[in-house]
Amino acid sequence: METKKTGPPQHDIPDATADQTPRDADISLQLASQWQLMWWRFRKHRLALVSGIVVILVYGVAAFVEFLAPFPPGRMISQLAYAPPHRLHLWEKTEEGLKFGLHVYGYTFKTNVLSLERTFSVDTEQKIAVRFFVKGAPYRLWGLVPWDRHLIGPVDPQAPMYLLGADRLGRDLFSRMIYGTRVSMTIGMVGVTLSLVLGVLLGGVSGYYGGTVDLLIQRVMEILRSMPTIPLWMGLAATIPTYWSPLLVYFMITLILSVIGWTWLAQAVRGKFYSLKTEDFVIAAKLDGCSELQVIVSHMVPSFMSHIIATLTLAIPQMIMAETALSFLGIGLRPPVVSWGVLLREAQNVRVLATSPWLFLPGVAVIVAVLALNFLGDGIRDAADPYK
Amino acid sequence: MGGYFIRRTLYAIPAMLVISFVSFLLIQLPPGTFADTVAAEMMESASVNEDAIRAIEERYGLNQPLLVQYWKWMSGIILRGDFGQSFIWNRPVASLIWERLGYTLILTGCAFFFVILVSVPIGIYSAVRQHSVGDYIATTLGFLGLAVPGFLLALILMYLGFRYFGQSIGGFFSPEFARAPWSWAKFGDLMSHVWMPMIVVGMEGTTSLIRIIRANLLDELLKPYVVTARAKGLSELRLLFKYPVRLSLIPFVATLGWMLPMLVSGATIVSVVMSLPTTGPLLLRALMGQDMYLAASFIMLLSVLTVIGTLISDVLLAILDPRIRFH
Repeated sequence: METKKTGPPQHDIPDATADQTPRDADISLQLASQWQLMWWRFRKHRLALVSGIVVILVYGVAAFVEFLAPFPPGRMISQLAYAPPHRLHLWEKTEEGLKFGLHVYGYTFKTNVLSLERTFSVDTEQKIAVRFFVKGAPYRLWGLVPWDRHLIGPVDPQAPMYLLGADRLGRDLFSRMIYGTRVSMTIGMVGVTLSLVLGVLLGGVSGYYGGTVDLLIQRVMEILRSMPTIPLWMGLAATIPTYWSPLLVYFMITLILSVIGWTWLAQAVRGKFYSLKTEDFVIAAKLDGCSELQVIVSHMVPSFMSHIIATLTLAIPQMIMAETALSFLGIGLRPPVVSWGVLLREAQNVRVLATSPWLFLPGVAVIVAVLALNFLGDGIRDAADPYK
Repeated sequence: MGGYFIRRTLYAIPAMLVISFVSFLLIQLPPGTFADTVAAEMMESASVNEDAIRAIEERYGLNQPLLVQYWKWMSGIILRGDFGQSFIWNRPVASLIWERLGYTLILTGCAFFFVILVSVPIGIYSAVRQHSVGDYIATTLGFLGLAVPGFLLALILMYLGFRYFGQSIGGFFSPEFARAPWSWAKFGDLMSHVWMPMIVVGMEGTTSLIRIIRANLLDELLKPYVVTARAKGLSELRLLFKYPVRLSLIPFVATLGWMLPMLVSGATIVSVVMSLPTTGPLLLRALMGQDMYLAASFIMLLSVLTVIGTLISDVLLAILDPRIRFH
């Protein structure tokens, strides 16, 4: 991971409290805790702040998929394969004039006898009423709470409503993208957690003790990193037996992604341990008779916690991209699991894409999530050292 | 210098050993051995040839301990150039890989030079003209390049090509050259096709290098010696290239080491999307069909080439920057 610095060091923290009088600001600056200083600094980084909100929203979507998605991911209407996105109309014409009422219009299609290609045309006769908080397919939220309300959906649960178009089997892309959010976003989290455990453990040992252990771990990391990741991941992922349950495959994939992921974290942790172990406060703690564990946990770790959080935030998008790539190739997650990569697999054929370009949309979701996480991580990294 | 070179080469040897062992383990991971696969195949054609199966077991030492099998595979490769048998193609692996590997080298090599030739000038420009329109364009493109996966970029370009030019872009050759023997015309045809995958593969590396050079140069430009030189009346251009640019290129050269694994990685998946005759599509097919000798040979050779490439770039770096040799 490159070390990026943004421009000159900024001595502008007092501005963060510009709404207070200068003297108050000075005092509060001196009394503020480290986390408070970081927050002030982070808040000044507008792009990171906005990205943080986007990330929270995306994880919010991931938490409430069953409620937010109009339909279950597997629901298909095969006559409406590759149906283009429906336009959501806000006003409906009645005898009394225009009235507020959400609706979409149905499709009629003609099949070309020669090419078997279907052309859809909007049929204003078929009006499909759409409502918020509509009763639809029943589900269990988080596998626990039984419910049947959906944020938005057609009044008649059997009616079609393709806000972002349909795929090859006439499944609703919008619902599937929402379901994909859960898998794609959590695979990054779980993978990063695994990498974190490995990285902190090995990086900590390497940096704290140094010597032969350090040399050995360094070499292992170098070797792992010198291998091209995608061929290695492909090789490992392809050996997952096809008869394994989707959940098991999911965990194997995260495990495979962490094989490389931990090295970057270990490097960051090692560097921090290395530079901190000769600091006065660490030596003082040792002389005071603190045990090794105590020195590490209560004196060293808090001082580089924020850096670790930044590195973690920057590692999640890497994991998301890796999962997307593997699933896209067909050796990562497999249907019926829905992830953004699995959805993009539908977009492999250029000829299909040319007639139904909305199949690109899961890619847009990937880009937005990755960008937001990157900006957020950059912001946290800049804020991590508020004394600069 | 000689000492550094020898030490660095010695470091590469355990790396290659580990790589070969990991690749070998990949052959072992799927259930059943190669002999079982062949036996199952024979079962289907209803004539099980016991002798043939025994010969295969003998050749790969399939009933012997893991390390013996590893030794048989490795010694076959090193002594006889025998990588094993491809199950899907029913041909020796060695006859399948070299041409593909050559195309992978061409693609990653082109992408490598593309990355350097594009990122250095843009990085310098966007640091010197910070907050200019050009800088904002470069920074925005940089972030997009970071977030758009290579295969998606390839798909988008292919889609645009199909939509607006009515032809599918992809492959390395025009149809009339695909099976033709090598000639200058065929080489020219290859060069006219290689630029697009080259840009796609190089995109991620280019954008991250632009950001690294920009950040480093910005740090350098604020240092007192630059101000002093300016105060003494040195021309802007001379001032820039005399020290700040050279200093900001050192971390840049250090990143070239991990650039190579990244490019090989990217080329693998982009080749699958654009159906290029490199190792990528064949590797994927081999993995899907559990043709493990072929797959493992590819993964091993790609990794070994990457290690050698990194070794070369490290030695070049040591020639450029004497401080590394004595570290």
